[in-house]
Amino acid sequence: MIEALLDPLGYDFFVRALLAAVVVGTVCAVVGTFVVLRGIAFIGDAVAHASFPGVVAAYLLAIPFYLGAAVAAIATALAIGYVTRRARIRADTAIGVLFAGTFAFGVFLYSTIEGYVADLFSFLFGYLLSIDLSDLIALTALGGVVLLIVGVFWKELLYATFDPQGAAASGLRVAWLEYLFLALVALTIVISLQAVGIILVVAMLVTPAAAAQLLTVRFGSLMALAIVLAVASSVAGLYLSFWLDVASGATIVLVQTALFLAILVLSPRTRLRRRFRRAATAGA
Amino acid sequence: MTAPFDPHEHPHRHPDERQLPSLEDRAVADPEHARSHASVWLTGVTAGYDHRAALETVDLAVEPGTLLAIVGPNGAGKSTLLKLMAGLLEPWDGRIEVLGDSPGRQARRIAYVPQAELVDWAFPVTVGDVVMMGRYPALGPLRRPGPRDRAAVTRALEQVGMAEHRSVQIGQLSGGQRRRVFLARALAADPDLYLLDEPVTGVDPTTQEELMDLLEAEARRGKTVIATTHDLACAAQRFQKVATVNRRIVAHGPASLVLDPNVLAATYGGHLLLLGGQAVVLDDAHHHDQPSGREPHFHEDGPR
Repeated sequence: MIEALLDPLGYDFFVRALLAAVVVGTVCAVVGTFVVLRGIAFIGDAVAHASFPGVVAAYLLAIPFYLGAAVAAIATALAIGYVTRRARIRADTAIGVLFAGTFAFGVFLYSTIEGYVADLFSFLFGYLLSIDLSDLIALTALGGVVLLIVGVFWKELLYATFDPQGAAASGLRVAWLEYLFLALVALTIVISLQAVGIILVVAMLVTPAAAAQLLTVRFGSLMALAIVLAVASSVAGLYLSFWLDVASGATIVLVQTALFLAILVLSPRTRLRRRFRRAATAGA
Repeated sequence: MTAPFDPHEHPHRHPDERQLPSLEDRAVADPEHARSHASVWLTGVTAGYDHRAALETVDLAVEPGTLLAIVGPNGAGKSTLLKLMAGLLEPWDGRIEVLGDSPGRQARRIAYVPQAELVDWAFPVTVGDVVMMGRYPALGPLRRPGPRDRAAVTRALEQVGMAEHRSVQIGQLSGGQRRRVFLARALAADPDLYLLDEPVTGVDPTTQEELMDLLEAEARRGKTVIATTHDLACAAQRFQKVATVNRRIVAHGPASLVLDPNVLAATYGGHLLLLGGQAVVLDDAHHHDQPSGREPHFHEDGPR
């Protein structure tokens, strides 16, 4: 048993993957806590898909894929922010249009390249076990930036998430905070692309925080629990994928989903919550 | 009873102005005078959402130290009026000044409390967390709440009688307790202007009296308190001034003068019944977090 855990650590690529999984899990849990509380999982999914043309364009221009993905993701995230604030169409409709349109543009760009087939699969579904040292350093640095910004604006993000109108009326720059947060979501997604890929990244963002929400009603412990669940399931998923020789990104997401479902069924809070809700609707 | 509050604590004195019946009378004679004295000043304000106007050509001047109720039927523009004052909504036309500046510029001197049904009560924050938010704008980024902030939160919670519920998640509170917590958040910010959307809607009579006592005390300290309400009896008995709204200001003045049957008829239209000299509002869909099934709601001890 111990050997099964220690053996993979003899491989450099596994250690790199493990470190990347811990960084990605932590950043996703922190940002994901706000994503879940704001109810913008759909925006996260849209931004992830929108990063695809950036990735392909970066390949075509021979620049680091982070740069292309970050530009495309942040631009789309800010566009979504603008559309939801200003446009006279429903936000989810606008996001749906951007979502499919940007992804289609990525596929279009991709189809102009010859012999890129293997890499497409890894961008769509992650390639954690083949991450190299420079990628690990880059995603750790980017993750550090995201965590630092959340740390600086912790109070403001919390207030603006809970009561945007009260926060705005008392002088917080809520619109600016919202754009900042969407940019953080975009950066988090860029960091996570290598771990779980475009299609599955929304799970990294949402599932740990959603599971933690079933266990606590304190903001601080919600985020701490989300981090623990995210890191634990990333590490567990990585080991599982190594032992079973299956796709690492999908295995991580499956472990997270299994954890979420187990907590949903077993948590005393879920029964409690249902009772609260019944009490609230019946006349609290 | 403390000495009556003098709202004109500024360098230049107006020796004879306390004999004037109200600011509104002066406003007619000298709009600029009213403007220079007002906490909140609106002239010719039209505003709304998308293409639908919610308020048209509103003029209103509110003196510092006023306890003002904004009453009117559903959809009359009460909340819109508060949002305009809070700088949450841009007027289409007209001018607004709040605390001597354009709306939003003096935001840290303002506490705004939204309607209870707009709050996500499942949100993972405790009573203490919510009240501490009142301190956030003054702290700014990076600075963490310190002992002074915690003391302010404790004081505000004691004022609203919620000190022992500090670490309770907000979803576990009753409707009245929820309103108390949001008022505590406003108190903790120590603002000069309170903008409260339905602060006493759906709360029990004891809570209503206690919250009104607090607001009255704040007004006496020179703070301006502007609250929307559905409750005409409360507006008549507990507020010093009333503005009745129905897409425009129907009447504005001392509570006793404004809440007369003719004004109410003009404000509420078909929703008002006059029974034996008493006004009865047949208003729908209020007392939102008190699903008592007692609709339509009769305010039996209406205005005199």
